[in-house]
Amino acid sequence: MFEICLPVILGGKCIPSTALFGQLLIGLINGSFYALLSLGLAVIFGMLNIINFSHGAQYMMGAFAAYLLLQFSGMNYWVALIVAPILVGVTGVLIERLLLQWLYKLDHLYGLLLTFGLALIIEGVARHYFGSAGLPYTVPESLQGGRNLGFMFLPNYRAWVIVASATVCFATWFVIERTRLGAYLRAATENPALVRAFGINVPRMITLTYGFGVALAAFAGVMAAPIYNVSPQMGSELIIVVFAVVVIGGMGSILGAILTGFGLGVVEGLTKVFFPEASNTVIFVIMAIVLLVRPAGLFGRRA
Amino acid sequence: MEQRVAEPVESPIAAPPSAARSNAATILFVIMVAGLVVAPFVTYPLFLMQVMCFALFACAFNLLIGYVGLLSFGHALYFGWGSYLSAYAAKAWGLTPELAILAGTATAALLGLLAGSLAIRRQGIYFAMITLALAQMMFFFALQAKFTGGEDGIQAVPRGHLFGLIDLKNEMAMYVVVLVIFLAGFLSIYRIVHSPFGEVLKAIRENEQRAISLGYKTDRYKLVAFVLSATLAGAAGATKAIVLQLASLTDVNWPMSGEVVLMTLVGGLGTIFGPIVGSFVILVMQYKLAALGEWVLVIQGVIFVACVLLFRRGVIGELAHKLRIRL
Repeated sequence: MFEICLPVILGGKCIPSTALFGQLLIGLINGSFYALLSLGLAVIFGMLNIINFSHGAQYMMGAFAAYLLLQFSGMNYWVALIVAPILVGVTGVLIERLLLQWLYKLDHLYGLLLTFGLALIIEGVARHYFGSAGLPYTVPESLQGGRNLGFMFLPNYRAWVIVASATVCFATWFVIERTRLGAYLRAATENPALVRAFGINVPRMITLTYGFGVALAAFAGVMAAPIYNVSPQMGSELIIVVFAVVVIGGMGSILGAILTGFGLGVVEGLTKVFFPEASNTVIFVIMAIVLLVRPAGLFGRRA
Repeated sequence: MEQRVAEPVESPIAAPPSAARSNAATILFVIMVAGLVVAPFVTYPLFLMQVMCFALFACAFNLLIGYVGLLSFGHALYFGWGSYLSAYAAKAWGLTPELAILAGTATAALLGLLAGSLAIRRQGIYFAMITLALAQMMFFFALQAKFTGGEDGIQAVPRGHLFGLIDLKNEMAMYVVVLVIFLAGFLSIYRIVHSPFGEVLKAIRENEQRAISLGYKTDRYKLVAFVLSATLAGAAGATKAIVLQLASLTDVNWPMSGEVVLMTLVGGLGTIFGPIVGSFVILVMQYKLAALGEWVLVIQGVIFVACVLLFRRGVIGELAHKLRIRL
């Protein structure tokens, strides 16, 4: 244990290392959720030209799916980590086929409004059946406990969340930027008509993209379940922060979305240590500064 | 991933084909005023005052979405902070109600100037996300600041005496004040929309690039429109705080921003009377369905989805389209 001090110019506050690294760890975990969610938003926006406001609600659905799978069919965390995203992804496919596909020719804002309505529906149903109090979800047995690293205590589950989400983010980036399938996706984003002319089923690709983006959100939700309680409003607060993350990063770059997500999580964690009263607002303040200095976002191109 | 060039599609907020019978708006206005004069003798004045406050709020929001094509998803910021400042001025400083409402309105105007100059730096969908994020930031300020009373809000705000003379505890006196504020706000929006300035705003809505190439500094127009909208939203919130004698976190939180979008959407985006009809419909619904608890949220969501898919013109927009007039 040792102490870490801010420069005098920033108030010269001293913090024990365990508190600092503990908050950094929480920051990285929040950052991994920001990264997973803004990645999903960017992928969906690229293909569908829709900002998926229900993304937060679908993250919450993932957490509830894990909770319900455990309660009613005894499926453990590891099974839920696979099954819950698939289930929620299937609802995403249905939503795209039944509702979203009628909006592609309209102004962007209708997609936002429709998915906002969906978010209200999902949250309302969850609140009706589960109340607004959080439901507990225990950490899987194999990941309980933790290890002492000397300067801090590292719970195993939290280490797993960071590694798992970084892996999923990287895999997504790899598929989109480095594989044949990803090349089709990027081509369909640029010019859907031309890609269709080559015999590729673009509408199906769009449907599956939405399903995949939603499944990513649900995956984040399952991982969040043991850390935060499972509650109906867990998504709506998060999604607004994720919007700010997306504005800061710009949705033009997959890697940009991932880096911005993790980075802002860390900044938020640090703020919580040194200026706790500003920790709720720091990401929004950063957004305002970025808009002043680089209006197109850190990784964005001016449209 | 570049932004796709917008395809020429049917714009549901475009003007209806014929404007020949534009005096339809005048007739409807007279009917509305007559209705509002008679209504307090028929139903609860407090409910009507609430409807008028929300109607003004929705009209202010509609000025941006309907006439400039900017979707602000953070209008609770101006409504809520207008409400806080007005409540605080009336309670802590003991200002007369008209000064308290002015204080709230001025605060909203200032916040609108700050938020607007940030938000107009990005277009389209980003604009919506930025306004929402800034509103959430100010929600957290309201939550943490001392003067807002945190979770409790500012309660038991005195209605006071208008100009120090007329006691507003009298429901009818209060009603007249709210009616005057509502009509003044409504008429100024009508005036703005039908002025040369308003024509430029509509040009920006239809095709911003073309407006720029015609030499208009569209950013300035958008900012002025944003500030005007924020100011009127603030006036609505400030008045509401005096009427209900309460300013709370509900007024600044994001569901409030969603609600005003819903009201405007139901009534008809880009129609002068739509937001008024929409706020009436939504408030009546909330009262009637209050016993259903969380289902109200679900029903609001369903209305959102249904409006977007099937009913994009809204009540008044549909009516105007059927009758081929401008409302």
